[in-house]
Amino acid sequence: MNWYPIGKIEDIPLRGARCVKTPQGKIGVFRTVENEVFAIEDHCPHKGGPLTQGIVHGKAVTCPLHNWVISLETGKALGADEGAVRSIPVKNEDGALSIALESLMMAAE
Amino acid sequence: MTEKLVIIGNGMAPGRMLEHLFERAPGQYQVTIFNAEPRVNYDRIMLSPVLSGEKDYEEIIIHGDGWYIKHGITLYKGHKIINIDRARKTVTSDHGVTESYDKLVIATGSVPFIIPVPGKDLRGVITYRDLDDVQAMLLAAQSREKAIVIGGGLLGLEAAAGLASRGMDVTVLHVMPTLMERQLDPAAGYLLQKAVEERGIKVICKANTKAIVGDGKVEGIELDDGRIIPATLVVMAVGIRPSVGLAKEAGLAVNRGIVVDDGMQTSDGSIWALGECAEVGGMVYGLVAPLYEMARVAASHLAGDHSATFVHSDTPTKLKVTGIELFSLGDFADGDEREEIVLRDASAGVYKRLVLKDNKIIGTVLYGETADGAWFNDLKKKQTDISQMRETLIFGQAYQGGSPLDPMAAVAALPDDAEICGCNGVCKGKITSSITSKGLTSLDDVRAHTKASASCGSCTGLVEQLMTLTLGESYNPAAVQPMCGCTDLGHDDVRRLIKAKGLKSIPAVMQELEWKTSCGCAKCRPALNYYLVCDWPDEYADDYQSRFVNERVHANIQKDGTYSVVPRMWGGVTNAKELRAIADVVDKFDVPLVKVTGGQRIDLLGIEKEDLPAVWADLGKAGFVSGQAYAKGLRTVKTCVGSDWCRFGTQDSTGLGIRIEKFMWGSWTPAKLKLAVSGCPRNCAEATCKDIGVICVDSGFEIHFAGAAGLDIKGTEVLGLVRTEDEALEHIVALTQMYREQARYLERIYKWAKRIGLEEIRHQIMGDADKRKAYYDRFVFSQKFAQVDPWSERVSGKDKHEFQPMASVGFNEAAE
Repeated sequence: MNWYPIGKIEDIPLRGARCVKTPQGKIGVFRTVENEVFAIEDHCPHKGGPLTQGIVHGKAVTCPLHNWVISLETGKALGADEGAVRSIPVKNEDGALSIALESLMMAAE
Repeated sequence: MTEKLVIIGNGMAPGRMLEHLFERAPGQYQVTIFNAEPRVNYDRIMLSPVLSGEKDYEEIIIHGDGWYIKHGITLYKGHKIINIDRARKTVTSDHGVTESYDKLVIATGSVPFIIPVPGKDLRGVITYRDLDDVQAMLLAAQSREKAIVIGGGLLGLEAAAGLASRGMDVTVLHVMPTLMERQLDPAAGYLLQKAVEERGIKVICKANTKAIVGDGKVEGIELDDGRIIPATLVVMAVGIRPSVGLAKEAGLAVNRGIVVDDGMQTSDGSIWALGECAEVGGMVYGLVAPLYEMARVAASHLAGDHSATFVHSDTPTKLKVTGIELFSLGDFADGDEREEIVLRDASAGVYKRLVLKDNKIIGTVLYGETADGAWFNDLKKKQTDISQMRETLIFGQAYQGGSPLDPMAAVAALPDDAEICGCNGVCKGKITSSITSKGLTSLDDVRAHTKASASCGSCTGLVEQLMTLTLGESYNPAAVQPMCGCTDLGHDDVRRLIKAKGLKSIPAVMQELEWKTSCGCAKCRPALNYYLVCDWPDEYADDYQSRFVNERVHANIQKDGTYSVVPRMWGGVTNAKELRAIADVVDKFDVPLVKVTGGQRIDLLGIEKEDLPAVWADLGKAGFVSGQAYAKGLRTVKTCVGSDWCRFGTQDSTGLGIRIEKFMWGSWTPAKLKLAVSGCPRNCAEATCKDIGVICVDSGFEIHFAGAAGLDIKGTEVLGLVRTEDEALEHIVALTQMYREQARYLERIYKWAKRIGLEEIRHQIMGDADKRKAYYDRFVFSQKFAQVDPWSERVSGKDKHEFQPMASVGFNEAAE
């Protein structure tokens, strides 16, 4: 695991999300109304919709394409739908955010 | 043998430490204190009551001069230590006094954070930290002029309340959307704001201070949005920073605070640190309870007992403003494996929220009624399993006892394996157990989870009976369909109550209408946002994060995450210059598909999100504005060529279409709104299947409405015939406004019309000139705020973050 700084918490709107590009694909970084930060793959398990573009509510996001609701904590689909995306470890040190990527996978790119 | 103990700082933490120390090890130390403030130890927490006039300075002194004499303490008042010499074990003050020590305690506290804006050094800008600041405020308050407090946290609000009670006209500026967001969730923050405003204090949230303005002394504050708020006093209360400069210069380990172990010892074995300047376990503290705990631990180590350790515990927060009851404790964020119990009593202004995890309380927010705070705190501390009292927990300690009802007792005679839904093979047991275990309360939920009655629907009645049996009285199939799972109210009730109660923000609606979740969901938030935009066009600040992505980025999202861009072509008319500009954009951005839309304009598909602002900039240079092809709002006004060209045309249908579009663009409506104007009854613009259509005839303009050509196909109804273009415009606008004010979110005009009756609409728009004029005027008023081209706004930098990735990481490594 390598930690990569990605910016400050203020870079993400409250109840909003930003996207981070990595060799492993796009990662969505979300900021909840309670100021918590989560990172999951920016790729809905249903049809690959960009989750960062959805509406963030509680600790979940609703995919903009077909309204699947994905938990930001677990990456799992909530409600009656089934599926999951990968969660990415994210660190918030005094507002400075970093995410952890697996170095092996990157070397393989 | 007596050792020499020197303490830098004379605040509450070292004061408490000495009390413990004198009790445990009397006579062990000869104590010397250096206090940068020229006074004894007083209760800093009580400065707010001093400011508001509820207490005097004398009443908040903790240790008077006599106490220092009694314990043989040498107290240097007004001496600031400027140097620690660790090799010689001495400290030196700014007045030149040098003292040696065997053991040293650093308790330098914290310094207020000054936001680095122009004008921060002007006369009249003060912080809120010590008695000198309070005296400066009291002096300023004699003027009874305007004051601004920057910071809507604990300290800022206490300062504001104090200044207001001293007769000043106070405005609080807070950078976050709700007050005290670190201690309160948005619902409680909203209630707090209301209470603060009732005291005559103005509150401006999301306020970014750009500069403090004035010539020599403060005259006001300029915000980012250009507003200038006049004031003669500015109090900065945006936060504190541990005061670590001295320790850093002495070479001690310093992070955010002075780093100490759980025995409060610094990286130097002879030096301890405690209070707001100390960082223990990676945390720094500002509330008194943990600071007193540090004092206990430090005293015990100084007394030679090294068993005491500092352990983190959550401290409840309370606001010391008379008449505002507020309690916040622990972690109150919501989450998956967490559950919440929310009690709202709008009329009493009460909001209570408990956050549970594994049947234990982990967080509490109480507003309006905080008597049970201690009890909840105790349950949390003891990690009590609350499953036995879950139903009544939120009502507090007095309501415990009594047994819950058995909801399954009434389930009727069918065996559990009886098949209810033939299409999907769902039996009774599966339905009832899903209802209970998943907490399903609506037919839609049951369909989503069990698929029962989700196909042909013929078993819907049976499923509803099972719901009644399982849920008892709480399920009523005839009841109004709630907006979503966050409320029991239907759209109509919510709309009516927003108007009746004058609710002007989403947190206000959620509190007053007793929402069951803390921040809504993707169904109710966009609806509420529309209702508020419609009802309070001048006052409501659009909540961007409650809009669906298309309305947030002003383009249409496609299945692959790219966007389509449709510039407005007024009435479907274009020219060579516009077409060239579009062609240039297509070349420059390698646009994969260019398509003519059904609304007589051109769609550019497959644009990457990052390219949107650049595409808009180029289109904007040719005079294009957003076609709002993504909006629940006015889309297109389709036209035919009319009397200017057509040999059958009776009126200038193109001109009227353009006029209507230029009048109505930018307006938000409950669902999309498409119009058309045909120049004669041959109806080439297909006006008779539109939301609103006009058929021009020799004698004037026939206005149609409530057509559909999508999921449903339906010809329009005739509203009536008017003689002039002006009248046509007024009637169309009035009809649109009536629809805007009455329809449910996402309800197209034909569904709304069917629900409330065509006659009612004809009566109000055609038959009642006063009503029509009033609708028209309200539309015109709201357009003042709506007609801003969102593309040019974003080209000039608005919401920049929306179009750029936050970061791009890991690629260099991959290249190696």
